[in-house]
Amino acid sequence: MKSELKLDKKSNKVLIIKDLSKSFGNNQVLKEFNLELLRGESVVVLGKSGSGKSVLIKCIIGLIKPDHGSIHIFGHNIPDLDHDELDQIRAKVGFLFQSNALYDSMTVRENLEFPLRRHWLEISQMEVDKMVIDALEDVGLAHTLDMMSAELSGGMRKRVALARTLILKPEIILYDEPTTGLDTITSKEIIELMVEIQQKYKTTSLIISHDMNCVRMASDRVVMLIDGKCYASGTYNEIIQSVDPKVKLFFE
Amino acid sequence: MSLTSDLKSFLTLNGELFRFTLRFFRHGLNPPFEFSEFLKQCYVVGYKSLPLIGLTAFIMGLVLTMQLRPSMADYGVETQLPAIVSIAVIREVGPVITALIFAGKIGSSIGAELGSMKVTEQIDAMEVSGTNPFKYLVASRVLACTLMLPVLVMLGDAISLYGAYLGVNIHTNTSFILYWTQVFDNLVFGDVLPAFTKSFFFGFAVGIIGCYKGYNSSKGTEGVGRSANSAVVVSSVSIFVIDLLAVQVTDILGY
Repeated sequence: MKSELKLDKKSNKVLIIKDLSKSFGNNQVLKEFNLELLRGESVVVLGKSGSGKSVLIKCIIGLIKPDHGSIHIFGHNIPDLDHDELDQIRAKVGFLFQSNALYDSMTVRENLEFPLRRHWLEISQMEVDKMVIDALEDVGLAHTLDMMSAELSGGMRKRVALARTLILKPEIILYDEPTTGLDTITSKEIIELMVEIQQKYKTTSLIISHDMNCVRMASDRVVMLIDGKCYASGTYNEIIQSVDPKVKLFFE
Repeated sequence: MSLTSDLKSFLTLNGELFRFTLRFFRHGLNPPFEFSEFLKQCYVVGYKSLPLIGLTAFIMGLVLTMQLRPSMADYGVETQLPAIVSIAVIREVGPVITALIFAGKIGSSIGAELGSMKVTEQIDAMEVSGTNPFKYLVASRVLACTLMLPVLVMLGDAISLYGAYLGVNIHTNTSFILYWTQVFDNLVFGDVLPAFTKSFFFGFAVGIIGCYKGYNSSKGTEGVGRSANSAVVVSSVSIFVIDLLAVQVTDILGY
């Protein structure tokens, strides 16, 4: 019997990361990283390749265990939770993978049904069908319902992955490099879709990216992840006006 | 230096495989069970392997009979051909050859499938979706392999003995009833039981090694290929090691 986790929905700070550190062998990727995410805001974590952005987001969702520090989501410290408790948090936190991570052996419908069936055990087929269609309509791909994921283009795969993330109606969405591998036009469409979804569902977003268009269009606040730390933070306009050479390097 | 590192990697592989196997027994066999995935895997692993296993078993029975005939004719015991072939097929050739074909087909497919899922983050996506990927992917496949291989071995043995019947009839005219009477008259419970029992272990080895290799795959598509390849190599070697141990045990038990 699963014990129900009481989620703190009153606090304005939905995610609090304190002194997060993670090493792989001698390589210390995150060094006492700190971040707070407020309800309804969209924060982009900007950093160069290999700076530990994906490690950070995987620590947040509980896929990687940090060496030190805490990650509180809705009042619960993620590294302290057991598997069942973590599942309850994950039902409220959507995750869009860099590689989309659509299940190759399943159709688009089955891909979307999978998290629904797993998290919401007592749900009728009629409700499942409606939620799948609604999620696909949100991303403009209702016609792909019975297609295999291999039949979709890169942009369509990203949209289906986003629909799968949305289907559980998460309160926080974590995006891991959402525009990687997409052409400029498709990237722009995906970013516009992310912004539209955030406004429609009032979600809180944490976006990991090194795409300047994504930073400019989707961020309320930008956090610079440099040398494993939160090096600088501010709005897009504040950050681009920074005189710090390490920050300026990103905008040259 | 190279020998030391080879020995180290061999011991590391064995240690990690042992831990993976312990994890299977500790977590994979506890409820809730992924029953529908298990049934799907039984279909994929068992039913879909049957044509290949059947064909190889048929050829094996036929060829074994044709190869044995001249030597047996030289000793004047050609009439004992059904008895000798049946004992060889049931006790040793059937289970081992079927398991090796099974390792080639299923071990590589599990290694490649799980490896590809690992490098494309599908296993992580499954975990985020509230599913224990170890139960869903590993436990279902290992159990399906463990239970389906003995069934395939039994069917393969039957097909093989039918191939042997055709082989016997190339040079002589032996009736169907006489052939099968000779086969069953010479087979005892002690021939069938050890062979049937060891095929469970063969199936388990193919399943757990394929899953271990795929689940721990890394380094992109190259890693997936390597996982599939080493899943076949390691499980094939394991089949011979298990066979060697099984023969020792049956010898001690007097079968």
